[in-house]
This record gives sequence, structure tokens and C-alpha cells, in this order.
Amino acid sequence: MALKDFPVDECLLQGNASCPGCPATVGLRMVLKALGKKTFLVVPACCTAVIESLYPHTSFDVPVMNIAFEAAAAGASGVEAALRQQGRSDITVAAWAGDGGTYDIGLQALSGALERGTNFIYICYNNQIYSNTGIQRSGATPYAAWTTTTVSGKTEFRKEMGEIVLAHHIPYVAQTCISYPEDLYGKIQKAKSIKGPKYIEILAPCPPGWRFSMDKTIEMGRLAVDTGAWSLWECENDVMTFNGKSKLLLEKKVARKPIEDWIKYQGRFSHLFKPERDEERLKAIEEHTDHLWERYRKCYGKI
Amino acid sequence: MTVMMDTGNRIAAKAAVMAKPEVVAAYPITPQTTLVEAIAEYVARGEYKGEYICVESEHSAMSACIGASAAGSRTFTATSSHGLLLMHEMLHWAALARLPVVMCNINRVVGPGWNIWVDENDSISQRDTGWIQFYCSSNQEIFDTVIQAFKLAEHEKIVLPVMVNLNAFILSHTSMPAEIPDQQVVDDFLGNYVPKWKLDIENPTTFGNIIGPAHYYKVRRAMQDAMLNAKKLIPQITNDWKKASGFFHGDLLEYYKCEGAEHILLSIGAIGAESKTAIDELQKAGHRIGLARVRVIRPFPTEDIIKLGKQADLIVIDRNISIGSEGALFNEVKAALYGESDAKVTGFIAGLGGKDVTYKDIETMCLKALKDKVREQQWYGLEG
Repeated sequence: MALKDFPVDECLLQGNASCPGCPATVGLRMVLKALGKKTFLVVPACCTAVIESLYPHTSFDVPVMNIAFEAAAAGASGVEAALRQQGRSDITVAAWAGDGGTYDIGLQALSGALERGTNFIYICYNNQIYSNTGIQRSGATPYAAWTTTTVSGKTEFRKEMGEIVLAHHIPYVAQTCISYPEDLYGKIQKAKSIKGPKYIEILAPCPPGWRFSMDKTIEMGRLAVDTGAWSLWECENDVMTFNGKSKLLLEKKVARKPIEDWIKYQGRFSHLFKPERDEERLKAIEEHTDHLWERYRKCYGKI
Repeated sequence: MTVMMDTGNRIAAKAAVMAKPEVVAAYPITPQTTLVEAIAEYVARGEYKGEYICVESEHSAMSACIGASAAGSRTFTATSSHGLLLMHEMLHWAALARLPVVMCNINRVVGPGWNIWVDENDSISQRDTGWIQFYCSSNQEIFDTVIQAFKLAEHEKIVLPVMVNLNAFILSHTSMPAEIPDQQVVDDFLGNYVPKWKLDIENPTTFGNIIGPAHYYKVRRAMQDAMLNAKKLIPQITNDWKKASGFFHGDLLEYYKCEGAEHILLSIGAIGAESKTAIDELQKAGHRIGLARVRVIRPFPTEDIIKLGKQADLIVIDRNISIGSEGALFNEVKAALYGESDAKVTGFIAGLGGKDVTYKDIETMCLKALKDKVREQQWYGLEG
């Protein structure tokens, strides 16, 4: 659906408590437009628990159940089971969790809910850090990125959560990014129409966490895709399709921009450039990304 | 009415299914397993028509119950020992979210080392989570208490989760007869669950978001008020169930031969049942001693304990220990009496790690208490 045709109704209200330039609200606004008002949102500890605003107020026009950090998928399982008993198949259950609550502490509950065939959409908005607690490393944090717990840069590469989910062989898995609203909206809409467990991950560039200017949120997402640091794809019933720019990268129809084009705007990587260029780590990042895409081509490209 | 000759676990499962929860979420742990297996059998036979979610951990079991309860459904789960401890965070969550989840906990030793026998440290360590806690002493009481638990949890003046504790093996795996009322009796007693709040698309509300100190303080106070309401409503609900089913096992406490007693023994769970035989023997030998078996430790029956303290000296047996302090019941009984009674309170720790506590052992402890002037808690049966 074209941007101009998106529903005008807003379920994420004005006056919410997000930071300026917040990608979570950009994503959530479109997610809720795609899901509509007949949606129960399950939110674990994450920035969104703050964005909801302070009790007794709320910035959401859909019912929201907050739950403990690691418990979003399990809590959503319970909500979904109750709705099934009550014959409310008209209501969509969506878990909305950050990367910390998905990649790390919530991974077990997520895997369990997927394996059990829970009829829900699990959405991870991935800003590659524990942002709500003040920028600590997560399993989604990229190699060499500064966080408050990786002061000279993370020493490990991030894990591929999407592929962990793929191993569950659920009906629909997708990766998208807040910078591609049509892609995001379409994937949420598609997930809504499919029965069973659905997983969608949204890259969400975080200005204070990544240390870039708050007017560059959308650009940071686009550059992540252009440089291959992030990819847009969907896997429906085990059929994998790369989308948009990522499809062109997979098919080598366009060249991948150097990762440096993305990281040079982010203060979290500034130690790789100042006081002098850290050629070793910059090279490691490029090589890792090349390797990643070669693997994608082998696994998911047309032979 | 039918008589069911079966284990505590299977009778608990029968009660849970007859309460017709819309959602059960559970994870297996010894010695709770036969309870969740029994529910699975009811599912297979089509006798339980609700959702049965086989989750991947106890943490998720409680989280799923929380989700289902928040969506407006009656919920049930069961666990034991390490499972209960893994739930700890979500026990707080269920209570603070004011969700009337009902759970059976099979009291089992906490490791290391691995030991599947009975003691009550698992649930005693969860006293502060905001759950109403019952302790049963027979399979009939398990059945009746599970039914009462739903009524209490969902009562509009309470709306708190309820934990029904039964001792590992002594109750969970021991067959005893229990009279099972007709389904209609249970249906009439419980009625349909009408949640005080739920997730509702007509009234989109955010539950559990960020809350400032002033509001949070009020939330805690409201929980305390609900617990105090439960203290008043437990006698009413247990008596209503007596009218409906004919069974009564006491309200907050069960009194046994306390009339004219100069000493009253306080105990919990299966030791409470065994204590009756000990009291019979001691009375036969001419001792003026009675029993008050504590069924409920949250809310704590402070007023009832004070009445007992005004009547008699007290003897307390704990199958638990707050390391660095004392047994929980001993500790709380003395706190209840402070400034209200000068009764002598003698405390014993007994049966930790599943060590057998027979009526003879209970007699020995009582006789020692009648004779000694010791005020510190004593460890009974440590040798051997």
C-alpha cells in the first residue's frame, strides 16, 4: 500500500513520552495503522513502556498489557488462548518487544511460543542496544560498537535473530526497517492475515543510542540497508524472498556500499576513526559483512 | 456426589477441571507432574474443554496465566519447588496486576542437593509476593480448597491470586478417598467469572505502565486491604462451601480439641494432620493440649493467634527455616502475640528435607515443650 493510502486513524497518540527522532514510535505508528484498533498489545520492559506515558495516562488507543522483560511471548500466549476460548478471533494479539527482550532475555519464551504455534505476531523493534536502561550491549549490538558496557567497542558480532526464528519454520518471518514504511506496513498486514505464529523484526536506528543527530533516523535506516548492515526479507511458508534494495544486493544487481558509509555518521563507532583510523577493525567489519552476504546468497539466492 | 479414591495431585486436578478454567498453562516438575498429566488426560477425554498450554518453563506458565487472566479468563496452573522459585518474579506480577490466578504448589525441598521430598521452604519463601496461601492436610481438603480458592481469588473485594499448597508425596502421591460433589454444585458455588478489569478493545486501557511513587504507594495499600478483606471473607466462603458440599476443614485455622486446653500446638500441612493423632494420645495421657492447624499463612491469622495466646501457651512446629532467623510460623506467631499476650511460645524445626515426622515425634516435641522453659527454637530429630 502506498504511503498516501495508509489509514488516517492513529492508535499511537500525540504527547507520548518518546525521545525526539525516536524510531520506535515511527515503527509503532505504522504497525498500529496496519493492525487497527482490534489489537491487544503485549509489551515487555523496553522503551515503549516509557513511551506509553505515566499512569494514569496512556498514549495508546489500543489495550496494552505490560509484562516482565522476558515474558512477552509467554504472556501473549495466554492472551491468545483466552481470546480463543472467548471466541474473539477478530482481535489480533501482538507482542511488541525490543532486541534485548527478544535476542537475549526473552529468547526462550519466544521460541516456546513459536514452537507451540501461538496465533500471534511477535514484533521486535531492534535498536541494537538495551536503550531503556541507558545503552548497554545486547546480542543485536554490532561488532565494534560502543555501548556503556562495551566501552572500547563490542568484541563480538551480532547474532542473526531472524535466522534463529526461521529454524522454527513458522508461517511467516520478515525483516524490515522503519525507513521503508510501505515495506513495513505490507509485512504487518500480511502477518495479520496469516494464522499461526508470525515474527517481524524492524530495524530501529536510535539517535541517542547510536549517537547521531535526531533528524537522521530515517537516513540511518536506509544506509543500513544500502550497506548491507541490515536486510529486508520475508519468508512465507519456508519460501525466502529478499525485498527492495536487499534483493538487488543479493542478486548482485547493485554493489553493496561500504559499511563505513553507515557507521561514519554514528558516534558509537567514532573510536574507529579518531584519533586515527582503526584499519583492523574496519576491515573486519567489511569482511564480516561480505561473508554474511555470501552466505545469504548460498542459502537464499537463486542457484 | 461420587467418592474418588486417588492421590492428592489427581484430586487437585479434578477440582481444577471442575472449576472450569478457560486457560491452564503448566510445566512439569516432580512431584507436581501427575497433576498436570491428569489434566492432560481430561483434555484427551474431552472432559476439559479449556485451553491447555504446555509452556517451556514455569516462568512462562505464570506469564501465560497472567496474559489469559488479563484477557478476562479464569486460569489455573500448578508447580513445585524450583518451578515456584523460577516463577517468583511473575508471582509478584500476578498479585500486583490484581489477577486472580489459582495455583497448586506441591511443597518440595529446594536444592542443592536434589531432593524431591517435602518441606515448605519453597512456598514460605514466597510469602511476600501478595498471594493468598493455603496449606492442606488431606485429599478432601485439597479438593475443597481448590474450589474455595477460585471463589476467593475472584471475589470483587479480593482479586488476588491464590496458592493452594500440598505436601510432596505425603499428599501429592498418596491415595485417600475424597467426596466429589456434582458439577452443578461447583458451578452454582463459583458462578461465571466476571473480571473486575480486563483488556478490552471497547475500552482501550494500558495496564502496568510507568507509575509514580504516589500512585504506586496506593496500589500497595489496596493489595493490603484486599488481603485483609480475604481474612474476613475466608470464614464466609469456607462456610458457604460447607453448606454447598458438606465439607469444612476450618477457615483460617482448624481447631482440634482446643476446649479447655492449656497448651495449643500450631502446625501446617501434613504435620497438621499427624498432629491430631498426637493430640489424641497426649489427651489420653491426661495433658490438656489442643491443636490449631494453620490453613492460611497469607493473610496471616493474627487475631485468631492472639485469641489462642490469651487461652494457652503455644507450641509451634515449622517444616521450614528462614536461615538466620527462625521458622516462619514461630516467628510470625510471636510477632502476632507481641503486646497482646504473655503466652509462652515454644518452637521446633522438624522434618526438613523430607525427614519423616510421625505423630510419635510430635508427641515427643509437645512433651518437651510442656516440660522445658526454652525460648529459642529447637531442631528436632537432627541426629540420625
